[in-house]
Amino acid sequence: MDARAAVESVFRQESGRIVATLIRISGSFDRAEEAMQEAFAAALAAWPANGLPLNPAAWITATAHRKLIDQSRREKTKREKQDALQYEIETLGRPDDWEIDETAMHFPDDRLRLIFTCCHPALNPEGQVALTLRTLGGLTTTEIARAFLVPEPTLAQRLVRAKRKIQEAGIPYEIPPLPLLPGRLTSVQAVIYLIFNEGYTAGSGDQLVRLDLCAEAIRLGRMLDELLPNEAENLGLLALMLLHDSRRYARVSDSQLVTLEEQDRSLWDQGEISEGLSLVDEALRRGPLGPYQLQAAIAALHAQARNPQETDWFQIAALYGRLVEFNSSPVIALNHAVAIAMSAGFEEGLRRMDAVGAGGKLDGYYLFHAARADILRRMNRFEEAAEAYRRALALNTNRIERDFLARRLAAIK
Amino acid sequence: MRYMFLIYSQEQSEPLAPEQAQTLMNNHWAVMQDAREKGILVGVDALKPTNTATTVRVSGGGALTTDGPFAETKEQLAGYYILECKDLDDAIEWAKRIPTGCKGAAGCIEIRPVHDLPQRP
Repeated sequence: MDARAAVESVFRQESGRIVATLIRISGSFDRAEEAMQEAFAAALAAWPANGLPLNPAAWITATAHRKLIDQSRREKTKREKQDALQYEIETLGRPDDWEIDETAMHFPDDRLRLIFTCCHPALNPEGQVALTLRTLGGLTTTEIARAFLVPEPTLAQRLVRAKRKIQEAGIPYEIPPLPLLPGRLTSVQAVIYLIFNEGYTAGSGDQLVRLDLCAEAIRLGRMLDELLPNEAENLGLLALMLLHDSRRYARVSDSQLVTLEEQDRSLWDQGEISEGLSLVDEALRRGPLGPYQLQAAIAALHAQARNPQETDWFQIAALYGRLVEFNSSPVIALNHAVAIAMSAGFEEGLRRMDAVGAGGKLDGYYLFHAARADILRRMNRFEEAAEAYRRALALNTNRIERDFLARRLAAIK
Repeated sequence: MRYMFLIYSQEQSEPLAPEQAQTLMNNHWAVMQDAREKGILVGVDALKPTNTATTVRVSGGGALTTDGPFAETKEQLAGYYILECKDLDDAIEWAKRIPTGCKGAAGCIEIRPVHDLPQRP
């Protein structure tokens, strides 16, 4: 491996861990990022000449740490965090001491602190997502902007605003105390799932699936499970993402959306499915039950059916029934109604669906109309189905999904 | 860090029932006493309702004085605490304990970090 590739690989694998440690030491996201960038630049210069260090990540961390110390010496300002930095310098050894003890540099919980800070509910969701991908995911501002289809300056502004809020509002760089942990963990899981969903179904644009974001979310999910291994919902979230992701090559064919029912199941990634299935089992054994596990269990039932007719809709309907207890969102109730339509009968499903949509709550939600249209189509009530497809089309902006709805509409005419 | 807790509450035309008002005051006193004992209470006040408010806006050399609060909103500023907290998480825990129903219906707390102004020489 040449030196540049080695630097890139270390960045990809280790930058989250490294920046987490540097933020703890410096008390500043900006200083930590700057020092890390300088250290990677130094690696690009040094490694081709001297060969790869034995432990590249430790080399980067030690070099960045030195940069931080140099920086603090140069600044000599009376910033509040200065004291913390000076203290760290004393405890971690003299600046010219190259043999910085690796155990002192890597606290295993640094990334955990970082993820709780990045996903703090006092930050807005866009800021949480951007900061998590930037720091823990090691993605560049350009990459994140491209993935979320926003202009780069907009994304950069989100990052600046989030980092400033952390600093100015005093959001702690800490693992939340036990009584607060469950609530805060929920918001970390929500950020990871949001990243996954953004990759899985792009809200607008030409591309249905943005695989980078899905892979990144799965990576973050694995990391969360590694850092907090006793949480069944962390396993549930990871399983859910893997089981959805396993269908990525089957969901789109020639730039056309393929429904679950029509997918070529031989294209499903069996590796991800079997990992997802065993994670669901493990999570359910461990408990307590939670919404990610239930959704993963539903995805698992779909994954286990060799063909659409084999799908265990009765059990899926039962699982949605449990899910409604955790999440009163009308979207879950809508899915529950679909499962009932597929198991107990279309009439009953449609009745439930219309009850969920009563009062116009879901009028602006294209999947409500698309789901109704699909059930009406199966009941041979074509005129009503066509009307529902038209309403769904009017609400959707993703080209691939629009094409799908238009094809369905054309087919029943 | 020093934080200001702005209490926003929906003003009702009817005053609180006496026992409700008493419970509310007791809850405020409990927060104040706890904060005072911990040595973190910097300030606390309740405000009279917005029908007592006057807004003054100076512009172009003149001052315009109008009746009422600067903005008509669903929830109005009803009082504040200033507490010295460890960090935002600590502040959020205090905010959860501060009653917000002082003007009738339920309300919310806005937490704002207080700027360290440079001392006047």
